[in-house]
Amino acid sequence: MGPQHPSTHGVLRVKLKLDGERVIGSECIIGYLHRGVEKIAENRTYQQFAPYVDRMDYVAAVSSGLGYCEAVEKLLVVEAPPRARVIRTILTELQRIASHLLWLGTHALDIGALTPLFYCFREREEILKIFEKYCGARLTTHAFRIGGLQYEAYDTFEKEVERFCKDFESRIVEYEDLLTQNRIWIGRTKGVGILTAADAIAFGVTGPVLRASGVKWDIRKAAPYAAYDQYKFEIPVGTTGDTYDRYLVRMEEMRQSRLICLQAIENIPAGPILAKVGKVLKPPPGEVYHAIEAPKGEIGYYIVSDGTVMPYRVHIRPPSFINLQAFDRMVRGHLVADVVAIIGTIDIVLGEVDR
Amino acid sequence: MADEPNEPKPPQVPTGDKPASTTAPVSTPPATPASGPAAPPKAAAPAPPKPPVVLQTPLNNEFVTRFRAKFGAALLEATEDRKQAILTVDRARLVELALHLRDEEKFDMLADLTAVDWPKREKRFDVVLNLYSFPKNERLRLKVHTADAEAVPSVVSVWPTANWQEREVFDMFGIIFSGHPDLKRILLPDEWQGYPLRKDYDILQQDTAWVRENLGIESGQ
Repeated sequence: MGPQHPSTHGVLRVKLKLDGERVIGSECIIGYLHRGVEKIAENRTYQQFAPYVDRMDYVAAVSSGLGYCEAVEKLLVVEAPPRARVIRTILTELQRIASHLLWLGTHALDIGALTPLFYCFREREEILKIFEKYCGARLTTHAFRIGGLQYEAYDTFEKEVERFCKDFESRIVEYEDLLTQNRIWIGRTKGVGILTAADAIAFGVTGPVLRASGVKWDIRKAAPYAAYDQYKFEIPVGTTGDTYDRYLVRMEEMRQSRLICLQAIENIPAGPILAKVGKVLKPPPGEVYHAIEAPKGEIGYYIVSDGTVMPYRVHIRPPSFINLQAFDRMVRGHLVADVVAIIGTIDIVLGEVDR
Repeated sequence: MADEPNEPKPPQVPTGDKPASTTAPVSTPPATPASGPAAPPKAAAPAPPKPPVVLQTPLNNEFVTRFRAKFGAALLEATEDRKQAILTVDRARLVELALHLRDEEKFDMLADLTAVDWPKREKRFDVVLNLYSFPKNERLRLKVHTADAEAVPSVVSVWPTANWQEREVFDMFGIIFSGHPDLKRILLPDEWQGYPLRKDYDILQQDTAWVRENLGIESGQ
């Protein structure tokens, strides 16, 4: 299967071993989009490398950027000011909604439901417009800086976020009307690609895929970063760990993200947006591992500093790469037609798998 | 630990450096009246802040004591860097220690496995495992040192997620994992020459080689 397939937004090749229509084994061939991001990092300064992380998971660039900035801040032993942290939280949650919308639209499209895509992209567009107004870019945003933010929130920022959140409540209902009780949707997703909690942990799976298997774990709660400790939200979990559960978990996560945004815009503290980090960043020698909850799971940065302006080593733990490894376990015993549903349900971005 | 953290440098606080030098002469001119105009910022900056913040400290908590009592010499070093726990352990006993950490200490997830190259050191590679425990909500970093020709025991049998991650480390560093079910390149093509994330792998190397080979000229890079 492959090397090109619309559900992957990139290039993934899957070798399938079949018994008639039934899959009895699989192997993923990846690396088509490998750009050597980690090697590039060793030849750039800390600030110069920041835009590169946006090119990994390019549909959730804000989240990748947040993880990187916070990791370097930890290495420097500085903290972003409260105002920056709250604005970061709002933008990151909007990004989570946008990423989930893109997933929902394309995943439904793969399974044969054409309509949701148009609805999802309509709302995603509103989020991208907010990003564009904030930092000038829609996709690879480079929205944050090490130590905080470069740009102040624009004048109508809160109002626009609020309007989006208000509208979005009824929009989720629209998507659910189309899919949640839809017989074809249920037939194609229920019982497909089951991943048990024990398997999910053994394969290091994180994010919505892990939660759909019944593990109530979210880094936003387990080790709060940015401003997440100030807001109330729930962690949705599934019971069976099938494709339908993963769908329900992501739908609920969008609702929760919306609630976080609404709480956050109510009270954005005043004050500076950038900590005093200086123009030349030379983190003291040492190392740090920092992980955040990206839309697809745990994105971790392991950075080693030798005290110079360039990182000695940057390693990225990409959620897509690790989650894709569980594909083989999920696909065995299913029909060829289900393979597409299972690729879609893991929600991978090949830019991040291959780096 | 030959050439990594030499000792935190005295101008510890990179944050204060720039702003301090601009404000210091204004706010505290009488403090150092005798020295030249260039000297005060340098002298003033490191003096008032307390002795450099120590970021790396030896780790000695209950867990380490327990671990040392059980495995003794297999634990080479226990440190803490920016409040993150790091254990350096004996390479040969990695699988046994990993099983213990997973089953007894409940580090049930291997979040990340990677390597770092320190070419000047006798054993040039660090293989780094970042573990996470769901029941304890704690992270732990496990390190083993290895040389070019020495294989590291594979932990795929302990955490299946290590499969692709060890393949990636093999792909990028050329480190062999003994006992790995299918050790081959993962991101790069099978016929790729060299291991890109080694420090002696120059970033322009394959570009110049490609130009020479395919165009028959010297690269302009």
